[in-house]
Amino acid sequence: MEKVMSAIKSFGLPRLIISLFLLVLFIIAPFAGINVGASITDVLGRFGQNAIMVLAMVPMIHSGCGLNFGLPLGIISGLLGATLAIETGIPGPVSFLLAILYSTPFAIIFGWGYGKLLNRVKGSEMMIATYVGFSSVAFMSIMWLILPFKSPTMVWGYTGQGLRTTIATDGFYHHILREAFVLRIGSLSISFGEILFFAIFAFIIWAFLHTKTGTAMTAVGSNAVFARASGINIDKQRTLSVIMSTWLGALGILCYQQGYGFIQLYQGPMYMAMPAVSAILIGGATVNKASITNVIIGTILYQGIVSMTPSVMNSLIHTDMSEVLRIIVSNGMILYALTRKTGASR
Amino acid sequence: MSEMTKTLLEMQNVSKEYNGNPVLKDVNFTLKQGEVLGLVGENGAGKSTLMNILFGMDVIQQTGGYGGKVLIDGKEVKFASPLDALKAGIGMVHQEFSLLPGFTAAENILLNREPQNKSVLSLVFGDRAKTIDRKELQKEAIDAITKLGVELDPDMLVSEMPVGHKQFTEISREISKSAIRLLVLDEPTAVLTEKEAEMLLKAIRNLSNQGISVIFITHRLQEILDVCSKVIVMRDGRIVKELDAQATSIQEMAKLMVGREVNTSGNHSEATARRAISEKTVLSVRNLWVDMPGETVRDVNLDIREGEILGIGGLAGQGKLGIPNGIMGLFPAGGSVKLNGNEIPLNNPRACLDSSLAFVSEDRRGVGLLLDESLEWNISFPAMQIQNKFLKNYLGGLIKWRDQDAIKEVTEKYIGQLQIKCTSSLQKAKELSGGNQQKICLAKAFALEPKLLFVSEPTRGIDIGAKSLVLQALREYNRENGVTIVMISSELEELRQICDRIAIITDGAVSGILPAERPSEDFGILMVGKSKKEAM
Repeated sequence: MEKVMSAIKSFGLPRLIISLFLLVLFIIAPFAGINVGASITDVLGRFGQNAIMVLAMVPMIHSGCGLNFGLPLGIISGLLGATLAIETGIPGPVSFLLAILYSTPFAIIFGWGYGKLLNRVKGSEMMIATYVGFSSVAFMSIMWLILPFKSPTMVWGYTGQGLRTTIATDGFYHHILREAFVLRIGSLSISFGEILFFAIFAFIIWAFLHTKTGTAMTAVGSNAVFARASGINIDKQRTLSVIMSTWLGALGILCYQQGYGFIQLYQGPMYMAMPAVSAILIGGATVNKASITNVIIGTILYQGIVSMTPSVMNSLIHTDMSEVLRIIVSNGMILYALTRKTGASR
Repeated sequence: MSEMTKTLLEMQNVSKEYNGNPVLKDVNFTLKQGEVLGLVGENGAGKSTLMNILFGMDVIQQTGGYGGKVLIDGKEVKFASPLDALKAGIGMVHQEFSLLPGFTAAENILLNREPQNKSVLSLVFGDRAKTIDRKELQKEAIDAITKLGVELDPDMLVSEMPVGHKQFTEISREISKSAIRLLVLDEPTAVLTEKEAEMLLKAIRNLSNQGISVIFITHRLQEILDVCSKVIVMRDGRIVKELDAQATSIQEMAKLMVGREVNTSGNHSEATARRAISEKTVLSVRNLWVDMPGETVRDVNLDIREGEILGIGGLAGQGKLGIPNGIMGLFPAGGSVKLNGNEIPLNNPRACLDSSLAFVSEDRRGVGLLLDESLEWNISFPAMQIQNKFLKNYLGGLIKWRDQDAIKEVTEKYIGQLQIKCTSSLQKAKELSGGNQQKICLAKAFALEPKLLFVSEPTRGIDIGAKSLVLQALREYNRENGVTIVMISSELEELRQICDRIAIITDGAVSGILPAERPSEDFGILMVGKSKKEAM
């Protein structure tokens, strides 16, 4: 019994409950008349779309800046890159590369400023980060109207200026990764393009954390005073981590757009941080410890719940309670994790 | 005078342990009515624990109570909380003030015990609506102040008072409680000027004449001689001796306070047998000040010689801990520090580490360790970051990859060398015991291969066995690698065991440097802030 308890403890009770719940959903899916193959395709698709935004949590958690509630700032960098790429007007895969290229300088500049800000508010980073995210979304809502974009794909049809709330990526980078290297078995189709894209960046972060600088970053997050006494410039490490997180946020949204098919401006990025934060926490990360494994497990579990509940539940009880469940899971998970800072499973 | 002979307080075989560490053993003493008892001892000798037991502080209950008996008027008492102690007539004045700055002296003295007037409102709404009887308040406050026999304006705001008057306000508050019979003063003169201290001593005599007993804790031994009738010297949780204040001397008390045995230079342990130390100065410190809270360094001048082990001792709060923390850039500091003639920039930890200084902090868990990381990380981290050790270079040094094998190797080397008890080199630092954590801290510093090593309180909070291993490791490191070591410790005996010379810090400055084989009373005298001449 004790062994079982300690096993549960090391796996994490919330993770266990959610895994079991997801398993139950998959088991009852066929009886509710749902195609399991299509469901798995859906979950994997969502995984590919969202995983990099979850990965964007990792550097900041490692440097002790907490969960990146300021993810919308990174997303905005990505949106700027995306809109600029479409404005350039080169269709096809090149537009995706351009979007990455254009969003990078924004991510670096925004991340640098965001990092400097967080260095001034040590101890309450997460609250400040939340408002950095919210206020940057509000600010950009004005900017999307004012900025002199001209591309007819993006501006309001009736005035000829100001960007639309949703912009289709058709003709540019729509499904650029999703439809690369697809394996189809019956109703199941696995897109290796997205998974590979995530794997590259996951590897880069994993490798980075094994370098000298990455080690220093982890030490700063683990015990800042220790790091300072060992001659590490804490603020520099933290700023670097914030820049990395912001840049990954920008990449994450681009990856999301290519799968989803639309660029969402204005209020779109507002609550994007919550699912990502929630996913990494479900994956077993804590406020100050996170690993790539946490990202992968967490994204699969979270997206699994989100995509499975609507279909299974709806066909079973004919009421839409999936949204309610999603909100309970994501916010509940964040609440749970914030109340207990220790007990990381690496 | 018949009053004087009655016993007020008696302690019988009082003992106390924290987590299996005995901190008080077999404490026996009696205190007569109106008697002034001096209580002296080094930091950690058990004075505060003893007073906490007497006062029924929560910390005692929470850690499993105490052994032995406390008797008041011949009857055994067990106070469950400080309130019970107050009811029994015991008052305590702590080192830190607990006064409301915006209130007057009189208001503070009678806080929460104000004389009250009934009013119409109070008849309806109960006691909470009663008004304060200002006149009576004033009168009672003046009574208490006169009883103490000091000059204190009852209408003065605490925020505008000099420290001495704050101290008097605190004491007045205690004695204004009608039942007061025993007053405990914990280092009341530490913050006072000489003149204020004199007034306080006079006040203590006054109280004694009125039949109030006083337990007086101080580090200023002269005050004990001035005011006490009996002195208890504590060391390592025991009462080493009960002395008649009239028949003792500062030297005798100092000797008892610090010395485990009465050491004379002749029978000093052979481990520290005098050895030749080069005259070459390796680190010279001039006019160092450090702003470390509670350990302020004001003006330290030190010359550290090559290859020696220099001890830095002194009582807590005098600034000995501030010296390494300041030099290593962990607290704001100023002055000049030269290593082999080269100026070392202060307030810059990196620069110190780059010039081959290393520091083992007294704050093991806060500064010394990455508690949530493996031993491998803890030991290799500074050396990796500062000296690029344990790294593999790829792409012409562009990528510096952690060399896991080298890290494991060095960690296992130190685990063996320092006999660190752990399950593997991957165990987390927080899972080790205090002594083993301390060894990890040492290993971390050794891995840097420094020229000069600061070790701050290396034996704090670890058991005796681990203590001697740590000291042994330091001594060997010094002898075998020729590394100069500066060891800061509040335990003089420990310093005398392994150091060549010992500097004593008092009031943020060096009050003297003596060879370690000098008798411990000489150090004791330096500690209590007397220069040699005055004491003689």
